[in-house]
This record gives sequence, C-alpha cells and structure tokens, in this order.
Amino acid sequence: MTDLGKYQDPLTIQRVLHTANTVAIVGLSSNELRASYFVGYYLKRRGYRVIPVNPRETRILGEKSYPSLADLPEPVDVVDVFRAPDALPEIARGAVANRAGTLWCQFGVINAEGNRIAEDGGLTVVVDRCMKVEHARYVGRMHWLGFNTERITSVRSGLQ
Amino acid sequence: MTDTPPHSEPARAEPAHAFGFETRQLHAGQRPDPNTGARAVPIFQTTSYVFEDPESAAAYFNLQEYGNTYSRIMNPTVAVFEERVANLEGGAGAVAFASGIAAQAAALFTLLQPGDHVVCSTALYGGTVNQLKHMLRKMSVELTWVDPDDPQAWRRAVRPDTKAFFAETIGNPGGNVLDIETVAAIAHEHELPLIVDNTFATPYLCRPIEWGADIVVHSATKFLGGHGTSIGGVVVEAGTFNWSNGRFPVVAEPSPAYHGLRFHETFGTYGYLMKLRAETLRDLGAALAPLNAFLFLQGLETLSLRMQRHVANARAVAEFLAAHPLASNVTYPGLPESRYQPLVAKYLPLGAGAVFSFDCAGGRAGGQDLIRGVTLWSHLANVGDAKSLIIHPASTTHRQLGDDELRAAGVGPGTVRLSVGLESVEDLIWDLRQAFALVAATAVSA
Repeated sequence: MTDLGKYQDPLTIQRVLHTANTVAIVGLSSNELRASYFVGYYLKRRGYRVIPVNPRETRILGEKSYPSLADLPEPVDVVDVFRAPDALPEIARGAVANRAGTLWCQFGVINAEGNRIAEDGGLTVVVDRCMKVEHARYVGRMHWLGFNTERITSVRSGLQ
Repeated sequence: MTDTPPHSEPARAEPAHAFGFETRQLHAGQRPDPNTGARAVPIFQTTSYVFEDPESAAAYFNLQEYGNTYSRIMNPTVAVFEERVANLEGGAGAVAFASGIAAQAAALFTLLQPGDHVVCSTALYGGTVNQLKHMLRKMSVELTWVDPDDPQAWRRAVRPDTKAFFAETIGNPGGNVLDIETVAAIAHEHELPLIVDNTFATPYLCRPIEWGADIVVHSATKFLGGHGTSIGGVVVEAGTFNWSNGRFPVVAEPSPAYHGLRFHETFGTYGYLMKLRAETLRDLGAALAPLNAFLFLQGLETLSLRMQRHVANARAVAEFLAAHPLASNVTYPGLPESRYQPLVAKYLPLGAGAVFSFDCAGGRAGGQDLIRGVTLWSHLANVGDAKSLIIHPASTTHRQLGDDELRAAGVGPGTVRLSVGLESVEDLIWDLRQAFALVAATAVSA
C-alpha cells in the first residue's frame, strides 16, 4: 500500500482548485454516462478550460481532443487522469514534459512510480481523489445532496 | 455559466483538523448562508427551485451537477440534517426520509429485487418486523430470522440470493446488544452489506460504521430529534461497500429508471447514495419536511448532552427496578449482571441507551395497574423523548394477543417498556415507587 495521505492534503487540494484554469483530462470519454464525462462536464460548467486527451476522439464536450499530452500546444495547470493505474508512469512523464502544474489522479488511479515521476519533475500530486467532488466540497453545493463534506466552518463564503 | 470564477481565492483555506463530536453536532453540514449570513439553519419552506437557465436545469436532472430541483428529492434544510447525521456516523453521506420506517424500506428497496433474500435479527422493533414480514414478502423477498446473539446463525442463513443482513444496535425492547464487528465480518465474508438500525444508541453512544457496518438507518423521531416533535428517518452509507461485486445488479448495472446510468461505476463512493436519492426517494416520495429537519437539527445540537443524561437516568432507574420486589427481568444491558456486559463495554462504553423493559408482578393486571399509577411518566407509544415514557405492550401494541402468543413475541403479560427521559431522576423513581404501591395494594385486595 502506498501512503496516500501526503497526496490528499486539503490545503494543497484547495490551492489547486482555486489557482487552476486549464485542465487536461486524460482518458475523457465521449460517453455521457461515464464518470470522466460527468467530471469534465462539471469542471467546464464551473469555468475551467477543459482539454480532452483521448486518441480515439476528435471533439468531446465541444473541445478539440488531443491524442496525447505531448500534442498539447501549451502547458496546462492540471493533468487529470482517468486511466488504468498501469498507464500512470507514462502519463506522469508526459505531464512533466508539458510543464504542467499538478498531476491529479482520480479514484483508483494509484501508481507509486507515476507519483514519484511527477514529484521529481516538480509537479504537485493529488491521488485517489475526484476533482469534481473536491470542487463541490470546498467551493460548494456537494452538501445540497447530503454528502459528508467533512467541512466545519463558521466563515461566510462559497457558492450558493 | 460561472457565478464564481474557479480561480478566485477562498475566504480562508481550511486545513485538515479532526473536530470533536460536540463541535460536529453543532456545525457539520451547515455553513453560514452565503446570501444572508444567517447563523441558524434557514428553513427553506419551498417545493421547488428556480433554474438559472435550461443548461443548468438539465445538468441538475442528469446529476451532472449538484443542484436543487424539487423538495421531494432534495431540500437545503433537509440537506444540513442529512450531512450532520452522516458526519456524526462517519458515513459518506445520508438521505433523509419522512419516517424511520420509510428510511429502512428505502435502504432495502435500493439494493433488492424480487426473488432476493435478507437475513434479519429476530430482536427487532415490531413495526420493523411488520414491514419486513409483510411488505417485503409482497415484493417476493424472502427472509430468514436469526438469533442475533449467535454469529453462526447469521453464517448458516446465507444463501446464493442473499443481499443483506439487518439488525439493531440495541434490540427493541429486549435490550440485546449486537456484536457488530463479528456480524459485519460474516456479512463481508459473503460480500454482503450489514444494515444496522442505530436508533437506540445514536452516533454518540455507538458508530456502527466504525465497526464494519455498511449502512446505518435511524428513526430520527427518537433520540436524534429528542423532543418528540417530528416523525422522520435517515439512511447513512459508509461508501466503502463494493456494489459491483456481481451480487447487486440493481445498483451496478445500467439503471432503466435513470436512462442507463451505472450508479456505482459512475459515482463510486457515492453511487449507492445517489441511487437512494435520485431513484428510491424520488419514486417512494417519502420526503422529510424542511420544518421537521430543522427541529431535528435543534435536537442534534445537544445530542451528546442529552444522551449523557439519558443513560445516567436509565441506569439509575434500572438499578432501582432490579432491586424492587415487584419488578423482574430488567433488560437494561447496562446493568452489571446483564449477559451483554462484554458487548456493552466494547460497543457502548458511554452507556447502553435509555430504553428497556421489565416484568411487573401481577401479570397483565399488574402491568395495567402500574400504568394507572404513574403520574409523571407519560403513557404513550414512542421512545427517545426528553420526557420519560411508559407503555404496557399487552394492553396496547400487542393487545390482540393472548398470553401464549405474547410470550412467543418475547413480551410477557406484565412486561412494561420504559424510555427514560431527562427529568430529575429522583422524581422518576418516586413516581414508579408510588405506582408499585398501587400494584401491591390491588394485589392484596384481590
């Protein structure tokens, strides 16, 4: 078991959510019922620029889809991964080459080598967390459906 | 559509901190209202919610974004109650219902289909027994009843079509304490979820999810609300059960009731809860009223304080009864002589709840005389009120049954059930003592 706690720090997650603008989603599906589509759709509606990375598609969510991270025309703030854990080391190398800010691995995308490659390349790494859930937890509305956000605060802020 | 730019800085970043139970019973689920700053939880007495635009409406109905649509499915006041209970129980989330009975029906309906089988404890609330025995049977679900104290009985009852184990933390009214960790382990050996009704313990006294339970149900009507004002229930799920293990096609396979969505694959940790809300609550319609959620939240703010007093008073009353010549068979598991002491020490170290029964001398007539004699205890059919409650099953809930049938139901003709409240405990004992005097006087004159 990898110790994932260091990749799930709430302050780091909040910093990434609040500073990111462009999010490349590796493995984004064009199937509206897949989890990756739910996340891409949500992040786009919440104002992030979503860049699909999927060699089998040309456009997803109305955005041009790129075959790989190496094909991206610019560095992105977050590389969000919806792929099998085995694919992570190569994706991490692509994220480092892209000079991306953060490697974000969705639920179950757990690969210690991939994490190390990204960290050595200077990236922030988040693992086994959903970017949609974390956004909804800290910026708002997840609590409207009775989910346990684990937040305790008396500060007036957030998305109503 | 972005009403807040995603890259705006938050008012203050929130570091990780493990907040205590008392803090969470006051704050979990609620942030000061962003629009008004209201400190108390606002009562959103509305059936429906204006959409920003057609795309938003579609996103909410498609579950692509968290948004309010209709109060039969979600309501911001109810949501605070749901998250607070989920937080206190240590679950991934919760869905509230119009009653505890509706909550447990929904918990089961979400994972069952006709032809399935459920293993149930025999030591359950009578209303639950009715629901399982008659309503589930109508839906072609079969049951096996097992002695909850016998772990092997649970194991022996498992069949290929079994879908869940169902039990209460503290049985009503027999006071048996479930060995949650052992029964959960047996359920998990067979890739089954353990559903625990935690109404009598509340998350202050016991958190079944910490011991391996997968789903916790509550009648919030009782100690969670705590003041006898409102009917309601809630289902909490741990979020860790693998619903895609092949046994649960109704949770894992494409849902015909939600345009082919695979709830567990798409929502992972939150899949069962999403289905519970977006399908079961939507289609059963047993939504909790916002005002009732508000009243439950008022109750939850003092849950720890009330439970401390409930168990202290219950223990004192149980000790009084255990020593009284006209009382026998006191089922309070917190008594030192209870056979459940090891389980109480493990699962209920802060106290064994405040509901139990005893047998009054004089059989059916003796029980009735005791009820006639009390003037402070309220004679009614409820438990978990701040006020102390008393009922004689043989002349109320079980009155159609003869003495033999009563015994088969685990109730003696003289059995009296108590729900010990928050009054001055000397007054509760005084009232029972003077009522026993009436029982004794009647027995002498007879």
